[in-house]
Amino acid sequence: MRSSLLAVALVLATAAPAFADDPVVTITLKDHAFTPSEVPVPAGVKVKLVVSNQQPTTAEFESHALHFEKIVGAGGQATVFVGPLTAGSYEFFDDFHKDTRGHLVVK
Amino acid sequence: MLPTAIIVFREVLEASLIVGIVMAASRGALGRGLWVSGGVAAGALGACLVALFAATIAAAAEGMGQELFDAGILFAAVGMLGWHNIWMSRHGRELASHAAQLGNAVRSGARPLWALAFAVALAVLREGSEIVLCLYGIALGGNGGPLAMAAGGVIGLALGIAAGTAIYWGLVSIPMRLLFAVTSWLVLLLAAGLASQGAAFLMQADLLPALGSNLWDTSFLLSDQSLAGRVLHTLIGYTAQPAGIQLVFYAATLLVIGGLMRLVGAGEHTASGKPRGGSAVSPAE
Repeated sequence: MRSSLLAVALVLATAAPAFADDPVVTITLKDHAFTPSEVPVPAGVKVKLVVSNQQPTTAEFESHALHFEKIVGAGGQATVFVGPLTAGSYEFFDDFHKDTRGHLVVK
Repeated sequence: MLPTAIIVFREVLEASLIVGIVMAASRGALGRGLWVSGGVAAGALGACLVALFAATIAAAAEGMGQELFDAGILFAAVGMLGWHNIWMSRHGRELASHAAQLGNAVRSGARPLWALAFAVALAVLREGSEIVLCLYGIALGGNGGPLAMAAGGVIGLALGIAAGTAIYWGLVSIPMRLLFAVTSWLVLLLAAGLASQGAAFLMQADLLPALGSNLWDTSFLLSDQSLAGRVLHTLIGYTAQPAGIQLVFYAATLLVIGGLMRLVGAGEHTASGKPRGGSAVSPAE
C-alpha cells in the first residue's frame, strides 16, 4: 500500500510541471479545416494543444498516434497534452468529419 | 445518409462487440437476457443525458472533466468485468459441469450478472453519447434531411448489431466446457484494453506521464483506422503506437485480475481433488 502511494506521488510529481512552462500551440478549426494544418512543435517536450472550434457544430478532436480524443462544442475550446515526442509527423483529425485532418510536425 | 450510417456503425460496433462477448460469457445463466438488455437500456438513457450535459462535463475540473469522466467510466467497467471473472474462476467449473441441471441454473442466480450489466451500460453510455453529439451536428449541418439521417442510423445500427451477433454465435459454437475458459480470457483482454484507454485519457489530461509517447509503430501492419484495427482495439486494446503508460496499465490489469482469478480459483481446484499449478500460490501473497 505504502509503495503504491509513493508511486502515485511520484507520478503526480512528474506530471505536475506541465502546467508551468510547456509550449502552448493553438489550432483553429473552421469550415472543416485546421489552421494551421501543419503544426510545428519542438521534440522532447510535452506540448499543450489548444483547439478552438469556430464552427456551428460539435467536433471531436482526435489522434491515434498522439493518444487523445476530445469533444469540442460549437464555438468552444479544448485542451489536450501530448508528448514528449520524437521527431516525425503525427496525424490528428475531427472524428465527426473524417476528412478534416492535420499533422503535428515534430522537429 | 452515408455519413450517419458510418458514424453510427463505428460507435455501435464497439458496444455491440462487448455485448456479444458478455452474452457468450454468461451463457446458461438465469435472467442474463434481462440483465444485459437492462444494461443496454440504461446505457442508452445515460448516453442522452451525457450528451445533453456534455458542455458542463467538459468544463468541469478546469476543462479536464471529460477526461476524468471517460477514465472513470473505463476503470469502472474494468472493475466490473474483473469482478465477474474472479467470481467465475471459483464457480465457473461447477456451473459448466452441471449446466443442464435446473438446480444449478437457479443457484447461478448468485452470479454477479449485475456486474456484466453495469459494464454493458457503461460501454453503451460512452459510445452512445458520441453518436448523439455527432448526429446532432449532422442534423444542424442539414445533410440530407431527417429521413436520410434516420435511414442511415438504422443501417448503421443494424450492421453494428450484426457484428456483435456474429461474435456471439461464433463463441457459443464453442463446446460448453471450453466456453468459460475462452470467454474469461476474452473478458480479461477486453478489460486490459479498456484500462489502457483509460490511461490514455489521464495522459491527455496531463495527470499521468506518457513514459514514452510512441513505443513502437505497427500501423504498417494494421492501421488503427481500419475496420480490423478498430475491432481489435475494442476486443484486446490494440493500438498501433502505444504509449508506455498504456502498456503499464494493460499489464497491471492482466496481472491483477489474472492473479486474483488464479488465487481464487486455486481453492476450488484443490477442493475438487484436481490441484493445478495455481494451487501452489499461497493466499498470503
